[in-house]
Amino acid sequence: MQIDELIENFTLFDDWEDRYRYIIELGKALPTMDEALKTPDSKVEGCTSQVWFVASPATDDNGKTVLHFIGDSDAHIVRGLIAILFAIHEGKSPDDIKTIDAEAHLKDLGLDQHLSPSRTNGLYAMLGRIRDMADRLSA
Amino acid sequence: MTSFDPYKARADFPILATKAHGKPLVYLDSAASAQKPRAVMDAMVDVMESSYANVHRGIHYLSNKATDLMEASRARVADFVGAGDVNEVIFTRGATEAVNLVAYGWAMDRFDEGDEIILSVAEHHANIVPWHFLRERKGVVLKWVPLRADHSLDMEAYQAAFTDKTKLVAMGHMSNALGTINPVKQIVKLAKARNVPVLLDGCQAVPHFPVDVQELGCDFYVFSAHKLYGPTGVGALWARAEILDSMSPFQGGGEMIDQVAEDAVTYGKVPHRFEAGTPAIVEIVSLTAAIDYLEQFDRGAIMTHERALLDRTMAGLANLQSVETYGNVQDKGAIVSFNVRGAHASDVATLLDRQGVAVRSGHHCAQPLMARLGVTATARASFGLYNTAEDVDAFLAALEKAEGMLV
Repeated sequence: MQIDELIENFTLFDDWEDRYRYIIELGKALPTMDEALKTPDSKVEGCTSQVWFVASPATDDNGKTVLHFIGDSDAHIVRGLIAILFAIHEGKSPDDIKTIDAEAHLKDLGLDQHLSPSRTNGLYAMLGRIRDMADRLSA
Repeated sequence: MTSFDPYKARADFPILATKAHGKPLVYLDSAASAQKPRAVMDAMVDVMESSYANVHRGIHYLSNKATDLMEASRARVADFVGAGDVNEVIFTRGATEAVNLVAYGWAMDRFDEGDEIILSVAEHHANIVPWHFLRERKGVVLKWVPLRADHSLDMEAYQAAFTDKTKLVAMGHMSNALGTINPVKQIVKLAKARNVPVLLDGCQAVPHFPVDVQELGCDFYVFSAHKLYGPTGVGALWARAEILDSMSPFQGGGEMIDQVAEDAVTYGKVPHRFEAGTPAIVEIVSLTAAIDYLEQFDRGAIMTHERALLDRTMAGLANLQSVETYGNVQDKGAIVSFNVRGAHASDVATLLDRQGVAVRSGHHCAQPLMARLGVTATARASFGLYNTAEDVDAFLAALEKAEGMLV
């Protein structure tokens, strides 16, 4: 799912309950991570729930480098937030990722409070890792 | 004595009028830190307006006034825990520093490789990690007392844990994660029969019921002020005078010395020997206001009130199909640890927060306990004297909604 579609869906909800039901649904729909990938390296430290994250570069049909992400958590809401973060960044090139304002998207969704350094849900750390990898791989 | 009415008491805590996400705040996180009554805030402002200067050794008017207030607070704390002597109370940054002071100032010099410390698996990290330092640096062995199936302390295992190498028992009075109250009198009695000193972590106990260290018979008792409706940044260690006299200083600096030369140093007397540097003067002085606030009430009435909140909560939770609770023993303070099956504690806490209900989720600084419970986290609702039956009902309704959204 693309972020524009998500934002459109979110505009249909007028209360917090529907928004969070949808986030939980997104979390349940996020593909589960292979247990073998859940290593100390892929674990995002400092989270209230357990969070894992793997990013890997691939070459798309046009020969362009793009990033793919796999993430998981034992918390439904965090899984939903991971799904949203992936909708923003998945399959994009490192250069494209560097221009993305994820904070603004989260704000559009009314979820920006989940993406601050003081939150212990791992989203901020995950976004940092996405951006680090984009930095490393871009020319 | 003021008769205790939780609705009236609630009005003494201005922050409880907060709206969280547009909903009336239901504050159920007092075990992490209690809110402060107006009297404590007033005391803090008053110290700074009328009685503030650095304490001890000052010759001037304000310094003497601040010193007198700080020492009066020491006497107030001594009285509060039933200390035999005012100088048996050491002010620290909190309970954590108090345990560290015992670990460094007392145990580090005395314990050798193979010596044993008995502690329970339900301890807070503050009463675990300082002992790990002794394990790492001195080869001290930590012996863990497990819980029974009902999550009460396994007293048979406790008795069996003693050997001729046992040097200390370090136990919580009341579990921060479960609310269970340990049979500390029995714990002390069994240790004393073997001449083993006992340290009790009273952080969760002192806000909920009266404590008398002499009646308990322990050797060290620690607690923090901020869980006691008092300021942050201050706690206390109570220890027997003869133990304190024999202890080495932990931190060095100003206020704790007798003489300092280029090639020698002698230390001041107890308690100041253990209070290096400028203390948290405002907070220490205002701790008196917190104790005065609490003790203006019949504490038995507060206990009855908090017990009613606990019972109401447990009865309500029993109706929620997916909720699992931990530490369901009779001897228990107003702390409820729980999970919604199929969801993470952080999911539950997030959805409660959206409804204005503040609970904590996580390992509660008790990872060995979480491992024993077979979970990575729990959600925890903890009550203070200012909570009401309406808070309980709002919590239960919010949890029922969260359960419906998650399961």
